[in-house]
Amino acid sequence: MESAGFGAAWLQYALGGITIGAIYALVAIGYNIIYNVTEIINFAQGEFVMLGGLFAVFFYEACGLPILAAFLAAVAAVALTGLVLERYVIRNARQATVLSMIIITIAFSILLKGGAMLAWGKDPYRLPPFTGGGSILWNGVAVQPQALWVLGVSGIIVVCLTLFFRRSVYGKAMLACADNPAAARLVGIPVRTMIFLSFMLSAAIGAAAGVSITPITLMEYDRGALLGLKGFGAAVLGGLGQFFGALVAGLLLGLAESFCAGYVSSGYKDAVALVLLLLALFFKPEGLFGSKEAAGLKRF
Amino acid sequence: MNLRKFAPVAAFVAFMAAFPWMVAPFDAISHYTDVMVFAGIFCLVTIGLSLLMGFAGQISLAQAAFFGIGAYASAILTGRFGWNPWAAMPAGAAAAAAVAWIVGVPALRLKGHYLAMATLGFGVIVHIVLNEEVEWTGGPSGMVDIPGLSVAGVRVLSETAWYYLVWTFVAAALIFSYHVLHSRVGRALRAIHEAEKAAEAMGVPVASYKVQVFVYSAVLASLAGSLYTHYVTFLTPSSFDLMWSVRFVLMVVVGGMQSLWGAVLGTVFLTFVGNEWLHVFADFEVLVYGGILLAVALLVPQGLVVWMQEKLSRRRETLLPRSE
Repeated sequence: MESAGFGAAWLQYALGGITIGAIYALVAIGYNIIYNVTEIINFAQGEFVMLGGLFAVFFYEACGLPILAAFLAAVAAVALTGLVLERYVIRNARQATVLSMIIITIAFSILLKGGAMLAWGKDPYRLPPFTGGGSILWNGVAVQPQALWVLGVSGIIVVCLTLFFRRSVYGKAMLACADNPAAARLVGIPVRTMIFLSFMLSAAIGAAAGVSITPITLMEYDRGALLGLKGFGAAVLGGLGQFFGALVAGLLLGLAESFCAGYVSSGYKDAVALVLLLLALFFKPEGLFGSKEAAGLKRF
Repeated sequence: MNLRKFAPVAAFVAFMAAFPWMVAPFDAISHYTDVMVFAGIFCLVTIGLSLLMGFAGQISLAQAAFFGIGAYASAILTGRFGWNPWAAMPAGAAAAAAVAWIVGVPALRLKGHYLAMATLGFGVIVHIVLNEEVEWTGGPSGMVDIPGLSVAGVRVLSETAWYYLVWTFVAAALIFSYHVLHSRVGRALRAIHEAEKAAEAMGVPVASYKVQVFVYSAVLASLAGSLYTHYVTFLTPSSFDLMWSVRFVLMVVVGGMQSLWGAVLGTVFLTFVGNEWLHVFADFEVLVYGGILLAVALLVPQGLVVWMQEKLSRRRETLLPRSE
């Protein structure tokens, strides 16, 4: 009896870890898309997740849209924010040094956070699950339907993106911009458009993650920074720029965090992902799945 | 030091010395002395950060963590163990230096975005520890009744006394940093900033210099934290969170990264903006902060002080064409 109870707890933590891990994976993928095209790390990525959740609440509660329409509307609204970031901020930077890019994206993230605080206040917001029905009992573990939605949304996004970058002309053009913008321009790729697309795509994916997780963890204006930092941990651990690596690393981080919360200390659960991020940066900055040679070419 | 260089420094010192007496007669601004005490404390942090960012070209988003290490070390050693504050202060600084060295050696091998994220992650970890180690730090509710400071047996009580104490520290930090910058180390740092590989090829021990500057900036931040603790006599972890690290970077960037004066003026300006002038805006404060940072980063990336210097020297050149 006792061992069964223990087993169920173990499974329950694992399920929670995979759910939140899928979100970290999506955040990581958002970093990867912008990084792949521009070699910029967007420090406002976490705020896109936060905005996604809060916009969905707005469209659902204030506009009375059905939940799936609210999901799409929120994704579109945040994609528009990504557009603003690229078109009116990044493109106008006079000094495109790494340091000034960091400061500019941090400034933009403060603006988004401050704006969200003004618009939505400091309270956490609730969103109903995408589909009704109570938890499903499976092997003594309560499975929330929303957790399945999170996993489904993440899976679909990862598959679509992999296909997009491997097979489609647009995806390949985007990757070409990252490898060598000058050469990409020479063969007729509109580099500006590609950069612009990458910011919108990345913001949209962050928003999708934000909307999916809100029914489980609620959402408030200051959640962005930590989500962004953990997502960056997943991106580094998986090898910056790699989608599959981001997925695996995101799930690993989620599991580590969930087990720490369950068995060690719930207060330190946020530190787990950060410690792993530091260890990865210090000892294996090319990530678990990146190669040393490829890492040598990147501007860390 | 020639007269043209000396005059602005003398004017600055005279102005700073007279400041509490100038604002005291006016009720509306007499509390500016108090604001300037905070500005001075933050200046200690930003002077170190300016050396790191503007001269060595490395970013740190962990300065609030070192500020916090100094503050909590002082609070715990004096409050719990009855240490003399003047003994606790160097102990805190030593702890901050040790932590900075341990984190800095691996972190400063990273560049740009990776270094920023690593220091950011470290800063958040320290903040979590301050919140969680309730037994030592009081957790989220913080610590109260921290002893004040005495100099030569006399309690430092009035705001004016604190003002002179804090700004003496700032002056010492400025003088020391100025000499560092105009020494062999300073030239090496600028070489690292300009072209790291070239500096390394010329025999500059790049990695070791970067770590030394990082440790120096951590020590200054820790001293600032100790002074802060004894001035306000209570602590909560929220004074040492991520937003504060960003604020310190902002102070350096707004003033101008490549100038110690920039760090000081940027810090004083933004402390007044934050403590005084933005109270009118209440919830808009964060937004205005972000707006200022974005505008400066986009429009005057060299910072306000350097930008003004450039304007002035250009005007001087057009007025008085240099005779060769």
